[in-house]
Amino acid sequence: MIEERPLYIPEQNIVLEHNHEIDPEQLDDYFKIDGFAALNHVLTEMTPPEVIDQLSRSGLRGRGGAGYPTGLKWQTVAKAQGSPKYVICNGDEGDPGAFMDRNVMEAYPFKVLEGMTIAAYAIGASQGFIYVRAEYPLAVQRLKNAIRQMEKHNYLGKNIAGTPFSFDIDVRLGAGAFVCGEETALIASIEGRRGNPRPRPPYPAEHGLFGCPTLINNVETFANVAPILRNGAEWFASIGTEKSKGTKVFALSGRIARAGLIEVPMGTTLREIVFEIGGGIPDGKAYKAVQTGGPSGGCIPSDYLDVPVDYESLLNLGSFMGSGGMIVMDETSCMVDVARYFMEFCMSESCGKCVPCRVGTAQMYQLLTKIVHGDATLNDLALLETLCDMVRTTSLCGLGQGAPNPVMSTLRYFRDEYIAHIVEKRCPAGVCPVHKHVQQEVSA
Amino acid sequence: MQPISTKPTPPSDDKRWRIVTATMRRHGFRPDALIETLHSVQEAFGYVDDEAMRFVARGLQLPPSRVYGAATFYNYFMLKPQGEHTCVVCLGTACYIKGAAEVLEQLQLLTGVKPGETTPDKKVSLLSARCMGACGLAPVVVLDGEVNGMASPEALTAKVEEWTHHD
Amino acid sequence: MSVVTLKIDDRDVSGRDDETILEIARENGIVIPTLCYLEGLSIAGACRLCLVEVKGSSKLLPACATRVSEGMEVSTQSERLTHYRRMIIEMLFAEGNHICSVCVSNGHCQLQDAAVALGVDHIGVPYLYPNRTVDASHELFGIDHNRCILCARCVRVCDEVEGAHTWDVGARGIEARVITDFRTPWGDSDTCTSCGKCVQVCPTGALFAKGKSAGEMMKQSEFVQYLVAMRGRQS
Repeated sequence: MIEERPLYIPEQNIVLEHNHEIDPEQLDDYFKIDGFAALNHVLTEMTPPEVIDQLSRSGLRGRGGAGYPTGLKWQTVAKAQGSPKYVICNGDEGDPGAFMDRNVMEAYPFKVLEGMTIAAYAIGASQGFIYVRAEYPLAVQRLKNAIRQMEKHNYLGKNIAGTPFSFDIDVRLGAGAFVCGEETALIASIEGRRGNPRPRPPYPAEHGLFGCPTLINNVETFANVAPILRNGAEWFASIGTEKSKGTKVFALSGRIARAGLIEVPMGTTLREIVFEIGGGIPDGKAYKAVQTGGPSGGCIPSDYLDVPVDYESLLNLGSFMGSGGMIVMDETSCMVDVARYFMEFCMSESCGKCVPCRVGTAQMYQLLTKIVHGDATLNDLALLETLCDMVRTTSLCGLGQGAPNPVMSTLRYFRDEYIAHIVEKRCPAGVCPVHKHVQQEVSA
Repeated sequence: MQPISTKPTPPSDDKRWRIVTATMRRHGFRPDALIETLHSVQEAFGYVDDEAMRFVARGLQLPPSRVYGAATFYNYFMLKPQGEHTCVVCLGTACYIKGAAEVLEQLQLLTGVKPGETTPDKKVSLLSARCMGACGLAPVVVLDGEVNGMASPEALTAKVEEWTHHD
Repeated sequence: MSVVTLKIDDRDVSGRDDETILEIARENGIVIPTLCYLEGLSIAGACRLCLVEVKGSSKLLPACATRVSEGMEVSTQSERLTHYRRMIIEMLFAEGNHICSVCVSNGHCQLQDAAVALGVDHIGVPYLYPNRTVDASHELFGIDHNRCILCARCVRVCDEVEGAHTWDVGARGIEARVITDFRTPWGDSDTCTSCGKCVQVCPTGALFAKGKSAGEMMKQSEFVQYLVAMRGRQS
């Protein structure tokens, strides 16, 4: 597999600290960057409630996309009745255009596992699982290696670092199902089942893996844990914006001069990210949009380049933080074609359990196909909008609820492109095969 | 239900079944070992067919339909043998924006098969992937496990023609 | 467990806090449409017909899967809910190939009944005309996938009540189908006990007893709740 050096790391980096100064396969190297200092400190000098309190005061929010406060989640699982309890790390990075978690697992396996171990201590778990896409063999290999070394050095296993606390971690492989990034589907998958989501509540915090209280956080969230406990909640809370603390790792790609991984403080503007860090759009082309949030996200046009990137502002723009993929598009990208691309994705990745997502995504995909071929009418567009609302409102899980987002956000900012396909039978970007239809219409 | 105590009998004396049995044993023949066991079948044999599913179902004492349901839910599991060479086109967003659709079209023309299919002479399997997580190199094509970034239709044509014309 | 009081459609009702909105509504004669729900089986929350409005929640909640709580205010009927419920029915009709006039369940079909009750008089989404098959290999029963709405009641009754787990769902998304064993023809299944429970709980004409012609297939699914209740007493 390919290893890439991050494109940009700010002075105050948290997740990608000391990148490539250490060998990710050597536990001894991890010591050089204060490895396990946080875990040792937590196990010997802090009570579980104190750990949770630190996390809560840091303001850390889930990096998987929705931004749920991490401390609150830990507290809920800690208080939940039932045992055993489980810790799961969600490494099923499925958004197309996202590769942050792959890099973090490959470059900092010990750090992710240390975060999980601290979480286990805080919530009272004795078993953890890290669920990784099978498409990431190097990440799997490095995590397995790191687990073995940690076991050898007594950072995993029985009586960790000579304390009464015991914890084990196993790697579980995904198998090519995007929906398994949804937490109830991920749990079903670890249980050896089809990855069908189920209604929440009950939330995994109360009723999770094998019916037991379960904490699920994503890779980047766990990678933030050790730095927070090493440097203190106040340090972390001093970075970022009022409601979004710390930094965020983004994967910058698409029509951009310098593609790659970046870590920026929350609140950095899209303009800084795209034009300063990413070097702008190549070949003298014009910026059109940046897509964030993957198949549940949206496209942000140039008018909003100066909006600071955090959870709330992206939601206000009709997009979504997501796990951190940022795909830049220029004038050669057709926004209707992009919307159709994402709908095809959601349709093929739908588990098929609930009606709105199973049938609705297929219906919307068909309508978008009609539009790009120049076969659609304005009535079809109206039906598309009705379906967007229905699928968003009535679907069982986040995949279905988010599936209409790429359509809704492109309709919001690039409605003229839809109209051009439908009324003028023309694709402004010159991408879609609409011309085929013009002749048919003349002869009809 | 009593946990199985004796090891299940493999369908043949092919040594690769031992790897599969070892995976099941490592997980105590528990039902939650299903996905891990299917991975082990695919790694050993290259695909998961009915015979393998039957063996896994017996080994983990799971209903056949549950094994089939899981094996067909996850795209990673191949139910048929693959060709001698595999060509995986990444259709992640970054690759798509950078022309993966044209690359795929070119490969379809060249091989005469659609994604998910294998050429009749069993030489080449054409596959598509959701995202390889190598977006910085878009568009990405993986030829026999080797990642090729910034893939151009011309370079791919040469490679695939080499596969199809050499015996 | 404690007793709670709540309002459903402005009526004061009470129930235990381990009961769902749907259960309390039914106890009080309030009708909420359902398709995948069947008393006695586990909750799927899949058809989304039973979505209701709950004051204080921005999301619609599935009545079958939502526990009641003290002071809850539930609306089971509104223009908005009817709009979504109709669309769900329309989507189900458009997804398969449903030709009521020749269907064994014509007149006794829960999909048809739901459509009538909700006033669905036309299908506003394009028909998908999928290519689906019929499996008539079983001696007594048949399955016509054209009429299947993937409610998975057959899967659940076979697993949870009969204990055979002959049925499951194969593939996914719009390609998903109920399957027997390794998608083995039903008649060749090693696990099927031919008990016929799946046929009885199927809400449409997808699962049927052989030898019935149009409109002749009457189904009885009440046995499920009795079987489950009786087993509860014996354990």
